[in-house]
Amino acid sequence: MNVENSVFETHIVSVLVENKPGVLYRVANLFRRRNFNIESISVGPTERKEFSRMTITLNGDNATVEQLVKQLSKIVDVVKISLLNPRNTILRELALIKLHVKDSKVRSDILSYAQIFKGKVVDAAEDTMTVEVIGTPEKINAFLKIASSIGIKEMARTGLTAIERGG
Amino acid sequence: MVIAKLSGAQSLIDSLQKEGVEVIFGLPGGAILPVYDILYESNIRHILVKHEQSAAHMADGYARASGRPGVCMATSGPGATNLVTGIANAYMDSSPVVAITGQVPRTMIGKDAFQEADIIGITTSITKYNFQPRTVAEVPKVVKMAFKLATSGRPGPVLIDIPRDVQVEIDEVDEVEDNHVKVRSNVSPHPLQVKRAVDLLVNAERPIILAGGGIILSNASEALQALAELLLAPVATTLMGKGCFPENHPLSLGVVGMHGSPEANKAILEADVLLAVGCRFSDRTTCNISDFCPDAKIIHVDIDASEIGKNRLVDVPIVGDANITLSKMYEMLTKCLVKREDSLWFKRIQEIREECSSIEVFSRDDGLSPPKILKEVREIVPPDTIVTTEVGQNQMWASLYFKAYKPRTFITSGGLGTMGFGFPAALGAKVAKPDVPVLDIAGDGSFIMTSNMLITSVNENIPVIVLILNNSMLGMVAQWQRLFYNRRYSAVKLVNPDFVKLVEACGANGVRVNSLDELKNALLQALKNDVTTVIDVPVSPEEDVFPMVPPGKGLKNMIFNALKTSSILTKRSSKAPRED
Repeated sequence: MNVENSVFETHIVSVLVENKPGVLYRVANLFRRRNFNIESISVGPTERKEFSRMTITLNGDNATVEQLVKQLSKIVDVVKISLLNPRNTILRELALIKLHVKDSKVRSDILSYAQIFKGKVVDAAEDTMTVEVIGTPEKINAFLKIASSIGIKEMARTGLTAIERGG
Repeated sequence: MVIAKLSGAQSLIDSLQKEGVEVIFGLPGGAILPVYDILYESNIRHILVKHEQSAAHMADGYARASGRPGVCMATSGPGATNLVTGIANAYMDSSPVVAITGQVPRTMIGKDAFQEADIIGITTSITKYNFQPRTVAEVPKVVKMAFKLATSGRPGPVLIDIPRDVQVEIDEVDEVEDNHVKVRSNVSPHPLQVKRAVDLLVNAERPIILAGGGIILSNASEALQALAELLLAPVATTLMGKGCFPENHPLSLGVVGMHGSPEANKAILEADVLLAVGCRFSDRTTCNISDFCPDAKIIHVDIDASEIGKNRLVDVPIVGDANITLSKMYEMLTKCLVKREDSLWFKRIQEIREECSSIEVFSRDDGLSPPKILKEVREIVPPDTIVTTEVGQNQMWASLYFKAYKPRTFITSGGLGTMGFGFPAALGAKVAKPDVPVLDIAGDGSFIMTSNMLITSVNENIPVIVLILNNSMLGMVAQWQRLFYNRRYSAVKLVNPDFVKLVEACGANGVRVNSLDELKNALLQALKNDVTTVIDVPVSPEEDVFPMVPPGKGLKNMIFNALKTSSILTKRSSKAPRED
């Protein structure tokens, strides 16, 4: 119960799991059962087809993360768990943002904002434009802030995926 | 290497036999018929239950009495869902049970077919793992893995759900290598952590050992006793640990917790170092956890890393098998410690015992009171008798007043608190240990829940003894209503059948006793009977289990009679006490 433990921060847990049906259910069910509130989870294939990687972010104190890791490691399909150090980790997220386009000024604003954020315009229609932004959650949040001043019609984010540098 | 072409059902039974399975507790149905057809000519004994819940409890009782995994079987849908309570019970108490269920054919799964239930989804959070083999070739691998998982590390239930068409299909089946299964089990403790624990123990002035069910599961009773005697450290157990340390040993304090023994609850709060082994600091053991040994240094040994730090922060965490860890501690301690013959702490423990023995524990009934009955029963039944309990007052009286001397002789539903557990668990234990007397200490409310198993006990020739402490009440609920709800008895009064007639109608022996002498005679006769005997003992419906730590309070607030609860009631304000 020391001070350090009670600090809430974002933790990134990278979990290598067997690539077979039902594994996501087992992991998600564990979070529900043990009352862990996660921020995001992304799942995808790895360099080996028998494994998938789940990248989980959660906001919590150290004791919560420790329990999460210990409970996860009891799931038979979990092969390896790494707690990633955010300072030494490449973090990426992708967001697709569909924006209202009132007039040509807005259209050109969107184009220039997209350029500043190294985003791409991936779709345009009469009264909307869709921008793809890839980057850290902070970068995406910054883009969303400015995008909301224009007017967001719809938005989809992938959740965080991450890999450690070097090694 | 392909060994044969077999049906899924044949492969299942063959694989079970390779695991040494001698008995299955179950009830057949449509989606498991092909397996039952193979069982017909197999030499595995099948015991037909009256409800699948009892099959799971029997497998659980069998496992706890023998240390070997118990197997239960049911059909799909309602058969499978009826197992659920028993599986959850085995999960909470870390009992190695393998449950086998039929499932609708592969092509029907997900179509809401007749008797389809998503038992994989339903049991995911109450099993260590569950399997649904989709090919015949998977069947032997899955069985091997299921038994490995159920029995390794922290034991627990595993479920195998086999679609009906997989049971029927014939295909090539491979020999399964033992090393096919890699079980992650961190059994050997980290030597540095053991060293840290030993340093604490050597310098401890008032060490106490808290021993849980993990001691029994890892067969660590001898190691525990050696360590306790070397340190002259008194041993308290959790309810699940009861029996792992002989309760007639001078260092035994009994069970600690909500209905713990006064000396255990008092002494543990004076400890400066607490060595907790194979336990999980459950709320029924610690009561208010912030008042539980707040100043003691805590060493926590458990094979399940997730238990360490889950409920209580500890000073020395040790992930390891209890037996190996305690043996290593003993080895290290003998190098730096001479066996203590006496100590100030041991004298203090004697003092606590004397203080506690002079406390008057309130008892309403001076005729046949449950404490008297259970002390008498202990005098009569042989020391190796296996006792199971139902859940409620009967269980807490048994915990307080029936001394257990050996591991695996006290079997109770600790974590889940499942009423109806005791009788089928007793039958399972008797199947595992046919030469040992088995006694279910029961309450009338619990016993009635699975009393249809009287029929099984007679038909399958499994004679046990049931002692019903019959207060015609759901006694523990009534006690709470009496103490904390102003005697507003809501839905607790029972109108029971005549138990003697009920029992006799099933072909078993029934007897009603009204005095300790009659009880003694009935029990001696029951020990000789070759059929199940139910002894019905009327007791007062007003009798409370004391001592008790009221809900939300710490161990130091233990009460010995109903008078002190008045202060709790006035503090209660609008909020009723939490029951969890």
